[in-house]
Amino acid sequence: MTNNPATGVLDRDGLSALIEVLAAQGRTVIGPTVRDGAIVLAEIGSADDLPFGWGSEVEAGRYRLVPRADGAVFAHTAGPQSWKTFLHPQREKLWSAERTPDGALSVTEDDPEQTSYAFLGVRPCDLRAITIQDRVLAGGRYPDRGYRERRTGAFLIAAECTEPGATCFCVSMGGGPAVDGSGFDLALTEVLDQGGHRFLVRVGSEAGRDALDGVPHAPADAETEYAARAAVDAARDRMGRAMPPVDLRTLMGESLEADRWDDVAARCLTCGNCTMVCPTCFCTTTEEVTDLTGDHAERWLRWDSCFDVAFSHLHGGPVRASARSRYRQWLTHKLSTWYEQFGSSGCVGCGRCVTWCPVGIDITEEAAALHDERAGRLRHEKQKETQR
Amino acid sequence: MSDVPVPHLVTGMRRETADTVSLTLTPAGQEALEPFAPGQFAMVYAFGVGEIPVSVSRVGRRELVHTIRSVGAVSAALCALRPGSQVGLRGPFGTGWELERAAGQDIVAVTGGIGLAPLRPLVLAARAAHRAYGRLNLLVGSRTFEDLLYADQVRAWAESHGPLLCRATVDRPSPGWWGHVGLVTTLLNSARFVPENTTAYVCGPEVMIRATARDLLHRGVRADRIRVSLERNMRCATGHCGHCQLGGVLMCRDGPVIGWDRAASLLMVREL
Repeated sequence: MTNNPATGVLDRDGLSALIEVLAAQGRTVIGPTVRDGAIVLAEIGSADDLPFGWGSEVEAGRYRLVPRADGAVFAHTAGPQSWKTFLHPQREKLWSAERTPDGALSVTEDDPEQTSYAFLGVRPCDLRAITIQDRVLAGGRYPDRGYRERRTGAFLIAAECTEPGATCFCVSMGGGPAVDGSGFDLALTEVLDQGGHRFLVRVGSEAGRDALDGVPHAPADAETEYAARAAVDAARDRMGRAMPPVDLRTLMGESLEADRWDDVAARCLTCGNCTMVCPTCFCTTTEEVTDLTGDHAERWLRWDSCFDVAFSHLHGGPVRASARSRYRQWLTHKLSTWYEQFGSSGCVGCGRCVTWCPVGIDITEEAAALHDERAGRLRHEKQKETQR
Repeated sequence: MSDVPVPHLVTGMRRETADTVSLTLTPAGQEALEPFAPGQFAMVYAFGVGEIPVSVSRVGRRELVHTIRSVGAVSAALCALRPGSQVGLRGPFGTGWELERAAGQDIVAVTGGIGLAPLRPLVLAARAAHRAYGRLNLLVGSRTFEDLLYADQVRAWAESHGPLLCRATVDRPSPGWWGHVGLVTTLLNSARFVPENTTAYVCGPEVMIRATARDLLHRGVRADRIRVSLERNMRCATGHCGHCQLGGVLMCRDGPVIGWDRAASLLMVREL
């Protein structure tokens, strides 16, 4: 919070006004809403669409919305979606191809109208997830054009965490409930006390300042700032889970033949839920679609999962046929080989994979078990050495 | 061009074996791809069916040759094409063999089955500039005589006394077979190279790559100078689809040609 001086305080009407200002700029404003018993990211028109008075109770394999007496709007934890739903959509047309009667081919790159998004309520873990996907999809030699355009045009309003859930472990992944540094346009911190229900606003960009200038707001006061900081600081110590405090990269690299993979494979349904809800999982496959004439073809991209047995298909069969190898691929990629490929961990500690696993497999518990197994192995080797 | 396939005309089709053809592809319009280095690959698009990665098997001035074995829907569609048809091409992608790094050294190229195709442009380039290198060896393995790619060319090389020492072997001999019988690794005994000053290039099934690299190491070739070409599922070739991972290696970006110093530990883990 030190890098960005507080610049204002909004109330609920101010939040509505902010949504209107962004919509007037031609943006599609997306925020948390309540639908089907879950927090669902959807287009919003005013603050009334936001989940005021809703919290969530989560555990491994469990998610419930619960009413909150205090009327808080950002006191819920992550729902099943993340912002990748919009920046890296589930289905996207890549190109169309036509074949003329003489067999000549012409290929046209699809150029859809790109939506200009404003995201309201991006949690610090999800903000990190967006920067990770930036490196994967837009940072290499061949930037994904669609992603880059959607991302460049997106306006991000972060919401600091004051109410972490039982499956949250961002702090142990080097993140935290606070929004630090850059990467956002505005950052909100919800404050609920005798002074009323309000949001401390910090500005993170020129576009953020412009938007805030168009919205009625009070100057930031010391009391609101203090309360906001205290709430976020307290959240840091209330994470429901933690990764084992070891170098996960080395742990995974040295655990490729661990017995624990058999243990987790006996529980894992290889359904791929964890990859769908993960805010950084980016894998896709392509589909070839033709019309009835056979002279018009389209290439579509859609999300894929390393848990699908066809994912590693080569002629002769899949490389990773067993559940053991597919779970290992997911976990080692997320926590270890991601560094080699994209310069960071692929996990931000949002806890979605724990919450939305139908059998409650817990990534932190699996990492801890792998750590215990490796520690036991190392002890055993040392004993053998001293006996010699 | 990395995003969208560039139309190419099939200007030549040659049946190599019962299930393998070589397609000569020439840009159909003004647009052409950047030049390919030996070992690099293109995504080859069969209209209405899909795309597969295929290494180049010859690089001409304007045209490219891809040698394709029919093993799935896309490769079957490509193998059924005739001159006059069109395909789409994206590329070039991936790392090449990097022949230039072998200047002054002996060269040992070892191939198994269709693995001869990605190594052919390297052999042609090394042979054409043989004074820049030490001794050149090409060791070709095939299941049978009938499965041997470029059989006439391989035989001509094997019988010539030029700068290239070529030996070929099959697992099961059939009438008319003129070469050796046995695993391709046995040919290393007749190759001429000084291990400490050798770069090796290996392409074929993974089990053959493992055995060949083991024997080369045993003879004293440095692990980082054993360059192998690996195969994984690829959907995008641009590092975004995640399919081609082998541990930390994104095969389309960091491969397909990588050093044995990096590949060894990865290929020793089952189902990685």
